[in-house]
Amino acid sequence: MSKKAVSALCEKLVARFPDSQAVHSAQDQITLEVPAEQLIETCTALRDEKDFAFEQLVDVCGVDYSDYGNVDWTTERATGTGFSRGRDVVEEKTTAWEKPRFAVVYHLLSHSKNQRLRVRTFADSEFPKVDSVIDIWSSANWFEREAFDMFGIMFEGHPDLRRILTDYGFIGHPLRKDFPLSGHVEMRYDPDKKRVVYQPVSIAPRINTPRVIRHDNRYGGESLPEVKEEQQGS
Amino acid sequence: MAEIRNYTMNFGPQHPAAHGVLRLVLEMDGEVVERADPHVGLLHRGTEKLAETKPFNQSIGYMDRLDYVSMMCNEHAYVMAIEKLLGIEVPRRAQYIRVMFDEITRILNHLMWLGTHGLDIGAMTMFLYCFREREDLMDCYEAVSGTRMHATYYRPGGVYRDLPGTMPQYEVSKWHKKKDVDRMNEARQGSLLDFIEDFTRRFPKMVDEYETLLTDNRIWKQRTVGIGVVSPERAQQLGFSGPMLRGSGVEWDIRKKQPYAVYDELFFDIPVGVTGDCYDRYLVRMEELRQSNHIIKQCVEWLRNNPGPVITQDHKVAPPKRLDMKGDMEALIHHFKLFTEGYCVPEGEVYASVEAPKGEFGVYLVSDGANKPYRVKMRAPGFAHISAMDEMVRGHMLADVVAVIGTMDIVFGEIDR
Repeated sequence: MSKKAVSALCEKLVARFPDSQAVHSAQDQITLEVPAEQLIETCTALRDEKDFAFEQLVDVCGVDYSDYGNVDWTTERATGTGFSRGRDVVEEKTTAWEKPRFAVVYHLLSHSKNQRLRVRTFADSEFPKVDSVIDIWSSANWFEREAFDMFGIMFEGHPDLRRILTDYGFIGHPLRKDFPLSGHVEMRYDPDKKRVVYQPVSIAPRINTPRVIRHDNRYGGESLPEVKEEQQGS
Repeated sequence: MAEIRNYTMNFGPQHPAAHGVLRLVLEMDGEVVERADPHVGLLHRGTEKLAETKPFNQSIGYMDRLDYVSMMCNEHAYVMAIEKLLGIEVPRRAQYIRVMFDEITRILNHLMWLGTHGLDIGAMTMFLYCFREREDLMDCYEAVSGTRMHATYYRPGGVYRDLPGTMPQYEVSKWHKKKDVDRMNEARQGSLLDFIEDFTRRFPKMVDEYETLLTDNRIWKQRTVGIGVVSPERAQQLGFSGPMLRGSGVEWDIRKKQPYAVYDELFFDIPVGVTGDCYDRYLVRMEELRQSNHIIKQCVEWLRNNPGPVITQDHKVAPPKRLDMKGDMEALIHHFKLFTEGYCVPEGEVYASVEAPKGEFGVYLVSDGANKPYRVKMRAPGFAHISAMDEMVRGHMLADVVAVIGTMDIVFGEIDR
């Protein structure tokens, strides 16, 4: 979408949905944040009103924000003081994320108006629940099943909310951030029992490349946080 | 009166016509399908989870393995998402190379589809013909990236290397006599571009060959005309994209409507179907083969005349030249940082989509500013298509299920991720 089309659509969205929490655009893509209780109403309007005419739901995607902004190493001292090895292993992890833990992100596409929109709604961590948009767009069916499978987000009104990608009898929601990469169980053939058995994983989790966030002035983010002068040692 | 009850049938997971591992639970009334319940996920590898634990560049290889018959198109969507967030410029030559290989990939994919779709519904010859041409295109992949399938050739900021000046050649062996080798090497004497140009000259005749075998073939028409009809409204509702959407008569192609790379500078047409049945989708894909060939020709022409860099000179994102590292301290540091830690991508979210051979392949990327993605979601076209399986096969015969699976061009690498 061109810059002009983006700002035009932004204005229309702000005028039409004054209750929505935010309309913002970056990289020429617009995000509309909708409170969970207004999701159905908003989506119906987005599909039916001629200014929007989003005939197609391209994608539904769950996001777990519980680990947002967390790193394995802090690296600020290296750039701030120059001479240290510049890494501190982070033991305690607390995220700076203030909104609810789960988000469901819908990507909409309008063939007739040739425009795209991202709609996001949040769900809290205790019992994440969002209304199903399956009555508005049929394609939501499997996409919502997938988000349920991966994140445990319940879609109220979905007629057939079964697991879709994971194994039969799978426990847990693999894309949640507290689910380990190597999982909880592994499967092997047991020659004694002459069948396949499940057992706890034998692989120890490890990190090959630590996750770091480096503040980069080129991208116009906030400048480097003040480095506290440390007296001892140096 | 005898009790009549529906018969439940398992189609797959291992079935030659299931195009991979699809378990399809069919509720049958005699030979008519009452309900179809596809069970997918047998090839689930957790690509999205894996990508969260790796620096951005290390996941490019995973993209090849999603839709493993349209490798470079998947890479394209992924690197485009990263490039959008980083805000880096891609050199024009790299963009032309990408478009050329996207179209080579489209031909590869459609040939695979045509061969297997044909095989599924009784046209054995197609399979052999299509794989003959695929071999040449695989050689292009090999010449440029070293591998025949999982190329990892696109990188954020460009492509890994420039097009090579020579093509690999066949050698005389127990299986290939000197005479045969000379014949096979005839087109391989020049550069990769010469080889591709030669291919684009040969290819339209090949498509004619395929069409003589199928387009007016009575059996082919009996198996495809009127099968799996989808109206344009339903196609939009069901999230269809690519040939599945165009076959139903919706004129929509991301390459035309929301052009990326250099598609806005190239000439090509978008074929659109009328009735939305398997036969229309077949015709659409056949025409796309010709159009892709046309695009490749234009790219070859441009690439011959415009040498230049193929990857960004921003060494925070792309490694410096091997030679520079021998004498330049900074190049060495850049290289070291890039390969041990990767690069940090500014905080934000982006959705990048390409017109992959199967439809809209999109990558939704959320970054929290780290050197690894916070969340990557791959939007696979096949996922939306197969979710419509139930609606498309209901009321059809069991044999038509095979035709519908074929026309969807299903690959489980992308559906199961």
